[in-house]
Amino acid sequence: MKLIAAIIKPFKLDDVREALADIGVSGITVIEVKGFGRQKGHTELYRGAEYVVDFLPKIKVEIAVDDPLVDQVIEAITNAARTGKIGDGKIFVTDVDQVIRIRTGETGPDAL
Amino acid sequence: MEEPITHLAYALDTFYFLVMGALVMWMAAGFAMLEAGLVRAKNTAEILTKNVALYSIACIMYMLIGYGIMYPAGGNGIIPDISWSFMFMDATGDHAVDAVLASDGETYYSGLADFFFQVVFVATAMSIVSGAVAERMKLWAFLLFAVVMTGFIYPVQGYWKWGGGWLDALGFNDFAGSGIVHLCGASAALAGVLLLGARKGKYGKDGSINAIPGANLPLATLGTFILWLGWFGFNGGSELKVSNIEEANAVAGVFVNTNMAAAGGLVLALITARLLFGKADLTMALNGALAGLVAITAEPLTPTPLAATLIGGVGGVIVVFAILSLDKLRIDDPVGAISVHGVVGMWGLMAVPITNADATFGAQAIGLVTILAWVFITAFITWLLIKLIMGIRVSEEEEYEGVDVGECGLEAYPEFVGTRGAGK
Repeated sequence: MKLIAAIIKPFKLDDVREALADIGVSGITVIEVKGFGRQKGHTELYRGAEYVVDFLPKIKVEIAVDDPLVDQVIEAITNAARTGKIGDGKIFVTDVDQVIRIRTGETGPDAL
Repeated sequence: MEEPITHLAYALDTFYFLVMGALVMWMAAGFAMLEAGLVRAKNTAEILTKNVALYSIACIMYMLIGYGIMYPAGGNGIIPDISWSFMFMDATGDHAVDAVLASDGETYYSGLADFFFQVVFVATAMSIVSGAVAERMKLWAFLLFAVVMTGFIYPVQGYWKWGGGWLDALGFNDFAGSGIVHLCGASAALAGVLLLGARKGKYGKDGSINAIPGANLPLATLGTFILWLGWFGFNGGSELKVSNIEEANAVAGVFVNTNMAAAGGLVLALITARLLFGKADLTMALNGALAGLVAITAEPLTPTPLAATLIGGVGGVIVVFAILSLDKLRIDDPVGAISVHGVVGMWGLMAVPITNADATFGAQAIGLVTILAWVFITAFITWLLIKLIMGIRVSEEEEYEGVDVGECGLEAYPEFVGTRGAGK
């Protein structure tokens, strides 16, 4: 099982969510984050004083999926979240040791 | 009247105008808070800037020319003979004691107080527009429009009724401005919104209508209560006199009816929302209170308290359906300004003859159509010219990022702001 974490532009959340629903992913966790990669921030002025806003608002989407679905999920997220402009984000794939559904106690792929 | 009483009555009525005017000024804070609460966080600073700036621009333009158009030196009832003198009038140029005493009650309050009371109404009309075009309009395009609206569009139709022009001669009734202020503002807003287009993501290609929730409902609620309070000045002051028994009673009646209409509007809007959506939608309730206030504004004196409650209540029901209908027509109005002030403004105008025997449905209808047509057409032309000169809509990227950063260079709710400057 894998945990897929995608950092995306905030306005792409609905598109990504729909794309995931289309391929059958039903569970998703969403966190508001700030960050930067190569996309530089911008300078703003507050009462005449310049300050730099490096950290840009992004959304982090986390999904736990069974191995066979991983490539599909990556493709779905990439296509939905891409604008072609800098700042589109990144996807990280990590191993998950165990998944448990709290309500029923199911474990492993049954809990996904 | 004996001389000391004339002095006192003049002072009292002048004081009344000033205090009621100050209450209407407070409505600017109400609009600012209401709109700030109903837009997204990334667009909050810009709408606040719009609100403070439009109020100031309205005051200046009205002083320079608007007042002189609306209350001119003369005119044929349609075209005013513009008066240019107000900007040069200080307190020594106000009504002289001898003139007041000799006028036998005709001149009963300060001319400067008259301006003050009137200027805050222009600002109110203008601020109706700012909510409808929120989250995607260029700030300076809006302010440019404000210059034209407050200096020309509003004063001309104001002249036609309150300035003694042809609508007044026709018997058109609009006590405190359901038409002249609220329908006027809404018509200008509609013209702007049609040329501006909807916010990105509001309407889906499949015909879906997507919710874009406001970021701060406590502010929106506070704003509504502030508007409610300010409205006592708006309607109460429009009685234009308080210094004798009859007038004092009239003012009290106006205050009571204004309050009742707001209450009726809120409750019925809340019930309507509950019946339609299964939930008590706070934002509909807030719009309902304002709708009730707009509805009673054309005639807050003649109804009984019960009638006022019902007139406001009908406004509350209408506004819910109007908001839904505008969305179905894909006319994006983030705060419901066009529904509250335009659709219900029309109801307010047409409701006048129900309780006022001197009014006729015919005259009301003519006034309604005149205001709507004049404002919509002139506003549309103005918006179009501005669009051609500088564009009225921000870029797609700026809209996604939020207009706070693009137009104002700062954020309303800044987080993760570093302390070091740009020279690193």
